[in-house]
Amino acid sequence: MGLRRGLLLLLRRILRRRNTKIGIYGAPNAGKTTLANRIIHDFLDNTEDIGVVSEIPHETRRAFRKEGILITAKGAKLRVDIVDTPGLATKIDFHDFLAYGLSEEEAKKRAKEATEGVIEAIKWLDDLDGVLLVMDATEDPYTQANIVIIGNLEARGIPFIIVANKVDLKNAAPARIKNAFPQHVVVPVSALKGDNMEKLYEEMARRFR
Amino acid sequence: MRMSGGGEEEKDIKLDLISEDRMASMTSMEKIRFILDGVKLGNIVVLEGGLTPEEQMKLIEMTMSEIDEDFAGIEIGSYPVKRGFLGLRRRTRLTIVGPANMMKTIKKDKDLIRAIISRV
Repeated sequence: MGLRRGLLLLLRRILRRRNTKIGIYGAPNAGKTTLANRIIHDFLDNTEDIGVVSEIPHETRRAFRKEGILITAKGAKLRVDIVDTPGLATKIDFHDFLAYGLSEEEAKKRAKEATEGVIEAIKWLDDLDGVLLVMDATEDPYTQANIVIIGNLEARGIPFIIVANKVDLKNAAPARIKNAFPQHVVVPVSALKGDNMEKLYEEMARRFR
Repeated sequence: MRMSGGGEEEKDIKLDLISEDRMASMTSMEKIRFILDGVKLGNIVVLEGGLTPEEQMKLIEMTMSEIDEDFAGIEIGSYPVKRGFLGLRRRTRLTIVGPANMMKTIKKDKDLIRAIISRV
């Protein structure tokens, strides 16, 4: 399955005339939408956002695609569509949203939409050429969500980069992510501040072309 | 329900420990249905042979479609897949699944899962 998928992806890449579709995945609140916004600001439009950033988990409950972003890094060019996906979770309890001041009705609605968003994120895996897997560098990276995503990307032969996000925070420990997944490429960034994004773009141009 | 010595109400926690042989006879969908049915009854399901990453993703997808006010989802823990020669053969390892409101993983690395299981 993995080998066959890998060959198909290679063939598709050779014959491709369309943009490379890059999905942004990760747990809720890892900074996926902040990263998507940063990429758009850097290469498309400094005033446009793909989505709203919030401290309340599951702010992104629909996948959003931004097409035709030309990423340039050290002379390399890569034209991509960026797909910002809802955070992958195994549980969604509407009670958790009440703590953020939402009414019970709003919390239940948000929980329902969030479950649909997770399903949508999973379905998008069938249509992607590459993935940026965003992890919060202040948190333990060895979560089941991360393990399941990586296992599925490996099985499907989809190239990916682990983005160790939020390195601007004092308690960030990107080395912990590198130690947890030593066989994969890890790029530490702050999507919010724009730190080390150049390195990420170089890696994207190298791995997703 | 039972009463403890201090008069506190106790609720038994049921564990389903499923052998690798039993799982081998099931299709992926049968495994997922079996797990979800058990977890929705409040059981902790431990699979000796584990689930593949694809089966775990399918389990998450089905869980999402069944979440409601009474069922908040699952907590799942598993060791990563082991790969054989040239990475061609995959071997899944133990997977534990429980109701999200009863089970909480507190520590996890590639060879250890430590979880707290508490009554609701």
